Amino acid sequence: MSVSVTREGRQETPLLSVQGLTKYFPARDGRIVHAVEDVSFDVRRGSTVGLVGESGSGKTTAGRAILRLVEPSGGRALFDGIDLFSLSARDMRAYRQRLQIVFQDPFSSLNPRMRIAAIIGEALDARGFPRGQRRAERVAELLTLVGLSPDHASRYPHEFSGGQRQRIGIARALAVEPEFVVADEPVSALDVSVQAQVLNLLGELQKRLGLTMLFIAHDLSVVEYLCDEVVVMYLGRVMERGPSRLVYGFPRHPYTKALLATSPVPDPTRRRTHVPLHGDIPSPIDPPSGCVFRTRCPEAIAACAGVVPPVEAIGGGHHVACIRHHE
Amino acid sequence: MAAISNPQLAEPAMLSRLMGRPTAAVGVLILIIIALAAILAPVIAPYAPTKLSIASRLHPPSFAHLFGTDDLGRDVFTRMLYAARTSLSVGFAVVIFASIIGIVLGLASGFFRKLDAPVSRLIDAMMAFPDILLAIALVAALGATAFNVVVALGIVYAPRLARVVRASTLVIRELPYVEAARALGVPTPTILVRHVLRNVTSPLLVQGTFIFANAILAEAGLSFLGVGISPDIPTWGTMISVGRQYMDQAGWIMMFPGAAIVITVLALQLVGDGLRDLLDPRLAKDI
Repeated sequence: MSVSVTREGRQETPLLSVQGLTKYFPARDGRIVHAVEDVSFDVRRGSTVGLVGESGSGKTTAGRAILRLVEPSGGRALFDGIDLFSLSARDMRAYRQRLQIVFQDPFSSLNPRMRIAAIIGEALDARGFPRGQRRAERVAELLTLVGLSPDHASRYPHEFSGGQRQRIGIARALAVEPEFVVADEPVSALDVSVQAQVLNLLGELQKRLGLTMLFIAHDLSVVEYLCDEVVVMYLGRVMERGPSRLVYGFPRHPYTKALLATSPVPDPTRRRTHVPLHGDIPSPIDPPSGCVFRTRCPEAIAACAGVVPPVEAIGGGHHVACIRHHE
Repeated sequence: MAAISNPQLAEPAMLSRLMGRPTAAVGVLILIIIALAAILAPVIAPYAPTKLSIASRLHPPSFAHLFGTDDLGRDVFTRMLYAARTSLSVGFAVVIFASIIGIVLGLASGFFRKLDAPVSRLIDAMMAFPDILLAIALVAALGATAFNVVVALGIVYAPRLARVVRASTLVIRELPYVEAARALGVPTPTILVRHVLRNVTSPLLVQGTFIFANAILAEAGLSFLGVGISPDIPTWGTMISVGRQYMDQAGWIMMFPGAAIVITVLALQLVGDGLRDLLDPRLAKDI
């Protein structure tokens, strides 16, 4: 198991260590979609790691594969020392409550036919919470925790706004008192005015409950605010990862640089150099040889088509997968 | 999909919204009247359904016999009321029986990928037979009783319901709330009932209404062909079958039960159309 160094310099095993995660989907004519390929990263206990990439980068699939909501094709996910991928379906069920997920779409993530009390109650059932008065109190507690009113429990999901629904989704995930939460683009379906509120709530809950979080986003600016570390993915592979401070301050991979250049900067004097990215992300059925990013990379050379660049450590926990990173 | 996940269409609100549509409201009213007539048959009927009167056989409609009398002098109006009980119960029982089979097959093929191909091919094979032909074959094999007619028609109509359930299940299976339940470790049977089946009820209701209408028609057809319920039990179909022999002298014997079938089926179709429009956001104006 890999070992990471905390801010205090103490050595510590991470809560979750993803190693070589791979997920292939069968496509037509016997071809294969390379959704996630050889992705590795660690998530330290109590930290938040951002998983960033544009659509089609495999970030959501990676998040779901870790929870085994899609069955991974290869790799390991060591959670508290146990490889989740080697567990039987029955044993995995026992682990489910320790890992939860908050979904992107607040509208389809709540069953429209169930009252809020029943939705959260289902989560309480899952961890064997007894029925009775104490249960209603617990539902009320959870609703208060996410900034809703206890009397919302008797309502149906359609009576809520997107932001409120997302809070209910968070309450459901927290009902089983998980240690690890995957937040799958939890704010990208929300109005901009509500995004900050939900982000604040997540950040606050994370501190208060000591949660460990994997925050999936397509937008680097959202992640910068919340995350201790960032993993940048492109076409199923890790391009760059490391502490937010280093990845944002000193991006080494051309893709990260391009992403940073396209995300809006609120300060006009701090304009980043513009690196244009042309074209669309290639098809994961037939990814480019060598470095998958080379077809859109402004710095690509002939050698990039030759080998898949290894993810190399360049100090301070900063890793990059580019054969030209040292230039 | 929107029809499946649209929460405004929860059951209580649906009836009042349905009544807001004139054609559907007419359908509902007719069905209520027919159902009441069937339930209250012993109270309303002026005669006993089996009372023979050779002296007054083949009488045309009059004040004494509102819809005339049949070849054995029995009151046609009375027999129609009692026939409504059989026809409606057979129709309803067919819907229930077909729903049970259809839900099981539909959920199985829609939710479990491995079962999809075999179950879907079975459904295709069953749907390749003409409805009434398959029903005749089944009744011929099982024997002509009311129960067997229900079983046969249930088997005939189950594939349609199975398709509706399968289509909705395929959509719902991929929705995040099902994934959320899996992430919580909720057992699969619970997910199927609580999350999938509960959200399939709307399209099921629409299809069930149409099958109700078809079943009444098919039961009449089977009885008319002599492979259905035995002729001494009054159903609209058996009445027409018997009346056919006297069509030129006493047309009323088959005309009135025929009209009853037409009106009932029309009413059910109106309600079904109304429900479908209500649940299909592409057609609905007020969503």
